[in-house]
Formats: sequence, structure tokens, C-alpha cells
Amino acid sequence: MADAALQHNPVAGHGSAGEFEAPLFGAYSKKVGMWLFLASDSLTFGALLFAFSYNRIYTAWPTPFGKDSIINATVMTACLLSSSLTMVMAVFAAQRHDRSWTRNWILATMVFGTAFIVLHGMEWTKLIHEGLTLPGFPKSAGQMEGEFTKVSSGVPQFAATFFGLTAMHMLHVTIGVIYLGVVALRKWFLPILGALWLAGFFLIPADNVFHYGIHALLVGLIVASVILFLKPKDYDAQDVEVSGLYWHFVDLVWMFIFPLVYLMSTKV
Amino acid sequence: MHDVAHDDSKGQYFWVWGALLVLTGIEVVLGYRQVFEPVRMLEVLLVLSVIKSALIIAYFMHLKFEKAIMRWMLVISVTACFIIMYFFFFPDAGRILRLGVK
Repeated sequence: MADAALQHNPVAGHGSAGEFEAPLFGAYSKKVGMWLFLASDSLTFGALLFAFSYNRIYTAWPTPFGKDSIINATVMTACLLSSSLTMVMAVFAAQRHDRSWTRNWILATMVFGTAFIVLHGMEWTKLIHEGLTLPGFPKSAGQMEGEFTKVSSGVPQFAATFFGLTAMHMLHVTIGVIYLGVVALRKWFLPILGALWLAGFFLIPADNVFHYGIHALLVGLIVASVILFLKPKDYDAQDVEVSGLYWHFVDLVWMFIFPLVYLMSTKV
Repeated sequence: MHDVAHDDSKGQYFWVWGALLVLTGIEVVLGYRQVFEPVRMLEVLLVLSVIKSALIIAYFMHLKFEKAIMRWMLVISVTACFIIMYFFFFPDAGRILRLGVK
């Protein structure tokens, strides 16, 4: 129906019975819906970033991130930026109905996204091991008593805003990778997702926070299964473009988190 | 859906990607060397982030190629929300600091 509306020539067909009006925004409904969702989601991140900025300015803010953390975060940023480029290529391939290259470019995007999540997970694990933690986190074996322990107890807003912002973003990236996996591989992605969840659950030690965080994949598996069961369609160029909008938004949010959270807290 | 033949070429997306990487490099140098004091640094980094996000929204998210009404409605509404958030959030947060937390 949205397609029919877009292809309709409002001048030539004016007054004919049964024809559609041209859409107000010149875009199909799925795209407008995704833009509205992204606008609302940007306010969620906006509120978190405002809270962080306020704390950063008005609190005696620690600057504990050394060279390793900054290099790691810079590589993560490069991964996300590169994933946006491969996503654009996927949209182009979908628009010229090249199914094979659409799938390949989306898979490349997923690889970059997964690399981002793995690097971020390693960074979290390292920081928690060095003492940056929240009350609800499991205590890791051999956890050190260092600079980050003082930061956690002295300025609790640091750990709260760091883990709050980055966890929210990491969740979005994870949802994005699952979303792209469903668009690219459809039902064939479900066993892969299930295997990743099981592998993560059994291989990640119980004292690591991701031993519990990995259950996000199980939730994703259930939601993706329901969606694919209710509407087992072959995803077209519009679906690829809409999924791309979500992915670019995830990239965009990181463009604010990276400088504010990491670069504003570098060790002098 | 976008027309495949709209007037953008693939090359410009590589330029945008390169520009985003360069801007990221500039941010890293500024942040790591602590070139400015914190408030000024926050302002500079935010300006660079806004430029990067504008590039992503305009080119990667294709908003530049959408109809003007969609472009302006999205940009104006989200910007207005952020401005309102700013004027509500920071003065109130400052007030708590001035009065002290009892």
C-alpha cells in the first residue's frame, strides 16, 4: 500500500476513484515509523548525556582512562564508522536487487558490530577487574584494589554514568546486530543466535557480568522467533533501508558517548 | 523508497567515512593532550560530535535526500526537544548546587 502511494502521480491521477494521495513525507510508512522511533530514542540518550555532562562539569571528576582504554575506544569507533559504510553499501545492493551482495554487506556490518561488542566487553571486564564496579555487579576473582576502586567509592557517579551510558548503547548495538541478522539470514539466523547464547552462557565465567548479560541474546532469540513466525516474509530493499537507519543511529549515538565518556576522562 | 538513480554517487560515502575518521582522530588528539580546560573541552568536543552526527544523518541516513518537510520536521522537533531539555536540566541542576543538598 505504501508503495502504491509512492508510485502514484498525484497530478495525473487527481480525482480518480480508488487512488491514493501522495504521502505527506514522501516516504513509505515503515521509514517514517523508524524515524519517529529514532527521534524518541535520541531523547533517551540525550537525557543520559545531559546527566553525564552535568556530573562531568560540576563534580570533581576523575580522569582514570589511560592510553590502552583510549586506543581500544578509538578502534571501537573505527569499527562502528566502518560498519555504517558497509551498511550504506548493503542498502545500495538491495536497491539494485542484488540479493547476494546485500547479504554480504549486511554480514560485514554485523562483523564490525560484533567486533565493537567484543572489544567493549573486554574493556568492561578489564575495568571491573581493576575495581571500577557497581553494587549489583558480581565480584570478579582476583579483583584488584587500585585507582578504579578509589574512583568507584569516591565518585560513585563515575561508574554509574559510565556503565549506564555504555550499557544502554551496547544493548542497542546488540539489538542492531540481531535485527540485521534477521534481515540478512531470516530463520537461518535463529540457530546461530541460539548457539551464540549457549556458548556465551557456558564459556563466560560466572563471576563475569556478561555471564548474565548474554541473556539479552535469549530475549532477542525469542522476539526474533515470534516475528519470523508471525510474518515469515522475504525482506526487501525497504526493510534493508529501515534496518540501516537504526544501525546508523547506533553509530551516531556513539559519536557523542566516545568523546564525552572516554576523551573527557583521559589520564593527564 | 529511494530511487536508485538519485544524484548521489558511492564515492561521496567514502569521503564522508574518511571525514568521520579524521574528525575522530582530531577528537582523540585534543582529548588525550588535554588541550583545553574541561568546560571548553566539553564545548569543543560537542561541536565536533554535532558535525559528525550531521554528516551521518545527512549522508548515511539519507536525510539530505528526503523531502524538505520530513527533513525540517525531524531536525526542528528533535533540536527543540534538546533545547527545552537543556533549559530545564542545567539551571535546576545548578540551583541544587547553589542551595546545597540537605
